[in-house]
Amino acid sequence: MFGLGKRMVFLVALLVAAAFIVTGCGGGEVAPVGDEDAEKMKVGFVYIGSPGDAGWTYAHDQGRKYLEENLPYVITETVENVSDADAERVLTQLAERGNRVIFATSFGFMDPVINVAAKYPDVIFLHCSGYKTADNATNYFGRIYQPRYLSGIVAGMTTESNLIGYVAAYPIPEVIRGINAFTLGVRAVNPEAKVRVVWTHTWYDPAKEKEAAKVLLDAGADVIAQHQDTPGPQQAAQERGVFSIGYNSDMSAMAPEAVLTSVVWNWGPYYVRAVEAVKNGTWDNTPYWGSMADGIVDLAPFGPMVSEEIKAKVAKEKERILSGDWDVFHGPIYAQDGELKVAAGEALTDAEMLEMSWFVQGVEGSIPN
Amino acid sequence: MTSDFVIAVLATAIVAGTPLLYAALGEIMAERSGILNLGVEGMMLVGAVSGFIVAVATGDPWLGVVTAMCAGGAMACIHAFLTVTMKANQVVSGLALTLFGTGLSAFLGKPYIGIPLKEPLRAVHLPVLADIPVVGPIFFQHDALVLLSFLLAPALWFYIYRTRAGLNLRAVGENPAAADSLGVNVFRSRYGYVILGGMLAGIGGAYLSLVYVPAWMENMVAGRGWIAVALVIFATWNPLNAMLGAYIFGGVDALGFRLQALDVAVSPYFLKMLPYLFTVGVLILVTRKNTLNRIGAPGALGEPYDREER
Repeated sequence: MFGLGKRMVFLVALLVAAAFIVTGCGGGEVAPVGDEDAEKMKVGFVYIGSPGDAGWTYAHDQGRKYLEENLPYVITETVENVSDADAERVLTQLAERGNRVIFATSFGFMDPVINVAAKYPDVIFLHCSGYKTADNATNYFGRIYQPRYLSGIVAGMTTESNLIGYVAAYPIPEVIRGINAFTLGVRAVNPEAKVRVVWTHTWYDPAKEKEAAKVLLDAGADVIAQHQDTPGPQQAAQERGVFSIGYNSDMSAMAPEAVLTSVVWNWGPYYVRAVEAVKNGTWDNTPYWGSMADGIVDLAPFGPMVSEEIKAKVAKEKERILSGDWDVFHGPIYAQDGELKVAAGEALTDAEMLEMSWFVQGVEGSIPN
Repeated sequence: MTSDFVIAVLATAIVAGTPLLYAALGEIMAERSGILNLGVEGMMLVGAVSGFIVAVATGDPWLGVVTAMCAGGAMACIHAFLTVTMKANQVVSGLALTLFGTGLSAFLGKPYIGIPLKEPLRAVHLPVLADIPVVGPIFFQHDALVLLSFLLAPALWFYIYRTRAGLNLRAVGENPAAADSLGVNVFRSRYGYVILGGMLAGIGGAYLSLVYVPAWMENMVAGRGWIAVALVIFATWNPLNAMLGAYIFGGVDALGFRLQALDVAVSPYFLKMLPYLFTVGVLILVTRKNTLNRIGAPGALGEPYDREER
């Protein structure tokens, strides 16, 4: 019996090890190292999920591929499914393996980045969506609210029931800002329309997100927008034969008849610029909150059902944002209860946008505590 | 309005509960034979991905369901080998299989992300039944897998409580030594029921990737395997209770979203907690009666059986 027990322990250990190899190293893409290795520059990426989410991490991974294609001297290395608790170990490992630049693409990696950056002063750390910096570390994000506003115009001009559904993950400023920008776009072209919000309290559960979208569809919504990590809501819209606005990456492949357009991240150009700056010695630790003019955020190509009239309107508004003369949160803006929040001629500062915790007029639903 | 609301909540509760029901029915059979299987989450994931791959490749969702069954069964085979033949710790083996299934499904599914399923399983329109007011829209306007689960749960109940084979199954789970002495092959039946459990978990996973969503996304089971394990306890190892429990567990989200849409504020954290709260409540109730056995917990659950140690 005892001998069997030992054998069993060994077998189980083997199985666990196999599982970790598959999960942990599934995506580690290390390009073959050639003679010109000295010329190459290693760049590491730490992902919270996997490119298989068809959403957030997928978009970052597209950026990584863009970086490799455009800068032939770069070889990249990725570590997927890194939990916040494990981030410090992974970042240290990537620094030890000779990566010159390391991108950490989740909010929760912020403190680990600052800690590891202190130990490796020669490595540049770039952290997505945080707010801390160090001599060799900074953060970056994009003004996704700008294309969200444009997608609101598309939705506002498309809806016939004047009810638009919005499947939202968590009531945090980033999501609230997106809902507000979207609603401002909707109301700019269709003051009758309302945007109804349902909170899912999950980033990643395609079935549950789809369920939330169905509830909005039952309530009479005929366009579904979303702030989630998966295309679950798009699937619901497609099944009912109505429309939707995707998020993170172009979701038209998932639901070709439903997706009007998608609000997309386009990290590639920024990744190229950042790595080039490091290579040329021009990099500094100024935080980066990129705009649509920088190309880091945009709208995906329109679906075939979008009319020329809508396209023209969006193009015009896009021009206005790109020119820099006007931005989404310029007044007058009224809060949900009708109170004037931003007077005409005024605008929200970046700090005010980053801590937004109120809805604009036209949003139906409430922000849970 | 009110009756529409109730119908909509109940109909979604059934759909949302179906993957839980399949997985829980499988787990009931495995646990009835005395083997705890904590690999359900992994088996559901492997079922979801393999079913999706085959359904995309062949265009036939039913082939996908069959593949998912086989894949879940194969995973369960590993569990049976480790826990029945090798007498390994059932908890450790199950957890290892969940980790393994998560990784394996992610690995296999990589090329299939973002691919739409051309032919998902569609709703079956049952003549007469589907047209009954109220009952029809709640129960009979679903796809074939839901309808099949309506038959499966009572069938398994009948099998467990009313047939000789079911009696043997319960005996193996209660007291394998006694069952062995009466000529029941403990090893063979444990293998059989664990594999059957894995097959049903595979169908539960395939239900998500072929019907509910339908698409493959990494880790899309999102913890439903664990809820299924809790559901088995909630159901006191009884397939009919599992049916009720699955629809309650599945309906919690549907109800929460619909209340939000009506601007009724219910804490989402409270709703998320409910399935586990129910399970803990049932556990407290049944242990107060001082015997888990009376309500169905198999006496030898979690214990390896060794003929030499009788």
